Amino acid sequence: MPRRYWWLPGGITAGLLLAVGLGPLIALLSQAPLAATPLWQDPYLRQVVIFSLGQAALSTGLSLLLALPVSRALHRRRFAGRSLLLKLFGLSQVLPVIIALFGLVAVHGHGGWLARLLSSLGLSLPQYLYGLSGIVLAHLFFNVPLAARWWLQSLERLPANQWRLAEQLGLASWSLFHHLEWPALRAQLPALAGLIFMLCFTSFATVMALGGGPGATTLEVAIYQALRYDFDLQAAGQLALWQLLLSGLILLLHHRWPSEPPQLKVSDHYRRQDGARLGARLHDGASLALVALLYLPPLLAILLSGLRPELWRALASPRLWHSTGQSLLIGTLAASLALGLTLLLLISSRHLRLRLGRRHWAQGLESLGNLILVLPSAVLSTGLFILLMPFTDVFGLGLYLVVLINALASLPYTLRTLQPAMEAVAHRYDRLADSLGLAGLARLTRLEWPLLRPALGRAFALAMILSLGDLGAIALFGSGELQTLPWLLYQQLGSYRLNEAAATALLLLALCLALLGILERGIGGKDADCR
Amino acid sequence: MLIADELTLCQDDWQGCFSLTLRRGEILGVLGHSGAGKSTLMALLAGFLRPDGGRLLYRSPDKVEQDLLPLAPAARPFTSLFQSHNLFEHLSARDNIGLGLHPNLRLNQAQQAAITAAAQRLGIAELLDRRPDQLSGGQQQRVALARCLVRRQPFLLLDEPFSALDPALRQEMLAELASLARDEDIGVLFITHQPDEVRQIGERFVLIEAGAVAWEGSVEELAAPRGAAVSRYLGLSAPAG
Amino acid sequence: MRHPILALMLGGLSSAALAQAPELTVYTYSSFASEWGPGPKIEAAFEAQCHCDLKFVSLDDGVAILNRLRLEGRHSPADLVVGMDDAMLADARATGLFSPHGADLSALSLPGGWQDDTFVPFDYGYFAFVYDSSKLKNPPKSLKELVERPDLTILYQDPRTSTPGQGLLLWVKQVYGDQAAAAWQQLAKKTITVTKGWSEAYGMFLEGQADLVLSYTSSPAYHRLAENKQQYRAALFAEGHLPQIEVAARLKSAPHPELAQQFLQFMVSDQVQTLIPTGNWMYPVTQVALPEHFEQNELPAKTLSLSETQIQQGRKAWIQEWRQAVSR
Repeated sequence: MPRRYWWLPGGITAGLLLAVGLGPLIALLSQAPLAATPLWQDPYLRQVVIFSLGQAALSTGLSLLLALPVSRALHRRRFAGRSLLLKLFGLSQVLPVIIALFGLVAVHGHGGWLARLLSSLGLSLPQYLYGLSGIVLAHLFFNVPLAARWWLQSLERLPANQWRLAEQLGLASWSLFHHLEWPALRAQLPALAGLIFMLCFTSFATVMALGGGPGATTLEVAIYQALRYDFDLQAAGQLALWQLLLSGLILLLHHRWPSEPPQLKVSDHYRRQDGARLGARLHDGASLALVALLYLPPLLAILLSGLRPELWRALASPRLWHSTGQSLLIGTLAASLALGLTLLLLISSRHLRLRLGRRHWAQGLESLGNLILVLPSAVLSTGLFILLMPFTDVFGLGLYLVVLINALASLPYTLRTLQPAMEAVAHRYDRLADSLGLAGLARLTRLEWPLLRPALGRAFALAMILSLGDLGAIALFGSGELQTLPWLLYQQLGSYRLNEAAATALLLLALCLALLGILERGIGGKDADCR
Repeated sequence: MLIADELTLCQDDWQGCFSLTLRRGEILGVLGHSGAGKSTLMALLAGFLRPDGGRLLYRSPDKVEQDLLPLAPAARPFTSLFQSHNLFEHLSARDNIGLGLHPNLRLNQAQQAAITAAAQRLGIAELLDRRPDQLSGGQQQRVALARCLVRRQPFLLLDEPFSALDPALRQEMLAELASLARDEDIGVLFITHQPDEVRQIGERFVLIEAGAVAWEGSVEELAAPRGAAVSRYLGLSAPAG
Repeated sequence: MRHPILALMLGGLSSAALAQAPELTVYTYSSFASEWGPGPKIEAAFEAQCHCDLKFVSLDDGVAILNRLRLEGRHSPADLVVGMDDAMLADARATGLFSPHGADLSALSLPGGWQDDTFVPFDYGYFAFVYDSSKLKNPPKSLKELVERPDLTILYQDPRTSTPGQGLLLWVKQVYGDQAAAAWQQLAKKTITVTKGWSEAYGMFLEGQADLVLSYTSSPAYHRLAENKQQYRAALFAEGHLPQIEVAARLKSAPHPELAQQFLQFMVSDQVQTLIPTGNWMYPVTQVALPEHFEQNELPAKTLSLSETQIQQGRKAWIQEWRQAVSR
């Protein structure tokens, strides 16, 4: 491509993203003008908004409260299985939500592990998996590991000399916390709390599966229900606009306290010495036991479900394999689209930033890829639905719409993966390549492809895994023929067909893990790991 | 001969205007504080930056003048050598040199032979199949020099190419560079922080200050400065004459 | 591994590419089309006489069928719908999406008779809560008792997606009137979960998740006849029971209107009607013989009814009342 057309790829992509963002927004506004949304006059809407915010606040608060002692204990102790536990904690962010929900149902549900254990002791398990308590439990499952890992990294980043100094001064455990640990943890608090709040506020699959009826409905689920249950376009539009407004507000607040997640690399390790006292042992033991009881049994339940003899019968179901095929098709298309859009955006933004020195323009262009953060996928899907309905059978386009929404949903992540890599290549080799006349196809094959392959592999795998775990878009556009694994699993969980659900969950999990491995190696090449 | 005539660059917070000449076979030292504009000068010459005004001409031995400004970096009569990142880390030394001959590495026998000859000339014939991360810093710069050699461009632009090397190695590379310029009749623009290096291999030097050539003279003046700018740069109190 | 998946993926892309016989698309609810429902047998029988390919598209439940049609509008690929019920007729009619059935309905023998030129009834039954008599020794004798007794747990379906759920909505409204909201709140306390469709709720009930599940008076017949299990019973309520008539209809936008009409006629033929009792576990709408042991003193002594206009005027408000009451 001649250099004077540098703006073309990014321009086309930007236009496309703006159209996909603005079209549905206009459709929503035309359906439900902002002025006609009196929040406090509609008791249902009020209830939904309060529940959305309330459950998110409760989940965030409890997650942080539990993660705090856990991160301290993990920092203070070295024990067998610590690194395994940390690896498993990392899984909570990659695992499709619906799989984890299967694990939670298998442990906490009626006839689950806990109920059977209690009934063998002659006790009965109170019903808590559905409704607010279940939703919060699931959110704790996802977010306590996230917060604990994040905070552990902040603690590990504290300079070793500060620990040595504190020890010389003879600071007790509480003073250590007060003077050393808490300031480090507090610095991350707004960012961490904001992230968890946003995750819980927009959590769709959890609320769908554990919401247990209209008593526990969040905005995202209410939008879905208004459209698919009530055929109430105006209500759907109104709810979607409220969701847009609130998530925009949260995002804005979150933006006021920007803080980067701490780096993984720690240069100077120091083994702190304050863990020997009885109080510290009790504190650490109790918090680790609690988090292990919360986090490990559901994971174990997913794995052990592979040992059920009924699994083989369930694996023979043609519906399962049909869903697998569709999941893979949607995942492949969505990941390719996401990657394509990302590359086109970055080609132009890189040129803007490095060759033309327009840093802000470049940033602006790239931020278009974060469209989905401003227009959550439930809002976008609803808008698209209303926009397209007059012209065509939306369900007939379901596959492509799901692909589009999934691709947009993974854009922020593919951008974040590829942007530094592409910039590094240009930063390091632009002048050298120019001086040697390495341009066009030669530059692509000799320079960009070999160097970007690992990042491309990671981005593709990430986008595909995100798409494989999607429930939001498929819930809206799915139908009898358009079935993915998460949607199948959701239906099986809804009707308590745990044996079939086990097969689906296991297959989905295997796909995700295999993809993670194969794609990183396949596209990334043999030296994918060393970069 | 290379003639830069009031090459001007205007940026938001920085302005520069450069005039200088460089003959083939000559080594011209470019001295100056950090931020004075040494690297900008080189980027303007090489075509990495587009000037806002001025002229850049190449006068060939038969007195034909060619305007270099419209040309892409690769079409200009230069080869550049930077402080670091002169090699593509994912390519072998052979391919890195070969890129100087053909961007797609489709090389004929004569070109293959040229690579071998250049490698032998710089003492790296044994290392051609290694990748940069398997080479020492000095070896890496030799590979880069070998690429300059096969490109057969009349001018070489060097931006502190040896500053990351040990003193002994640096001496060795300077000697190599001097003999290269002499044997191949290459004009060298040599940006450095070390006046000693210029005195050792150069004939003339320019001193860059605040985006312009503040002084131009022969390397002897570095021992006995005549202008105030040079004294200031060298940290001497007053001009010696 | 590789080839079947590839084939599936390609199959998903071009499902209709190779169809030679006309494909008649029928929207229905999941238990009707499932392998243990009447769908597959009806499909085989109709395909044998129509030289077409009958395709059931299964949705959550009866109300979801209408929602789906409204979302698709005139672009719907469906020819027919099977499984809406009499309580939805006004709403369905108001969409203007359906065309007259043109079928001969003289064979019908519905208890209340049938006069309608658009919707064709194919079975009927009475909503009832079903329980396992080996576990629940003292079942409630009235809806009031069910609402008020604190020791019971129930499962029912979402009235926004499911016809039984909608039936319960009307049932509660008719018994409680202005007090319906309070009754729903009491019911919410003993509700395990509200499912989207009948299949999910009934499946959960069979797994022992609750004491009672909203279903039909004819459901225990399934356990007696198909499974030879005697313990399941329908709880008969003193206030009376609401009947449900399930209907089929063809769409104005149907790609194959003649075939669709032929199918509607087929639905009231003896061939289909004899499949109804042991297929859909409901009562047939014509004079076909019921299987032995299908009936066991389970017909309600008293039936309730609401008029089409009553339902049309009240439904939306009642749904909001329900939604509001159970979300507290």
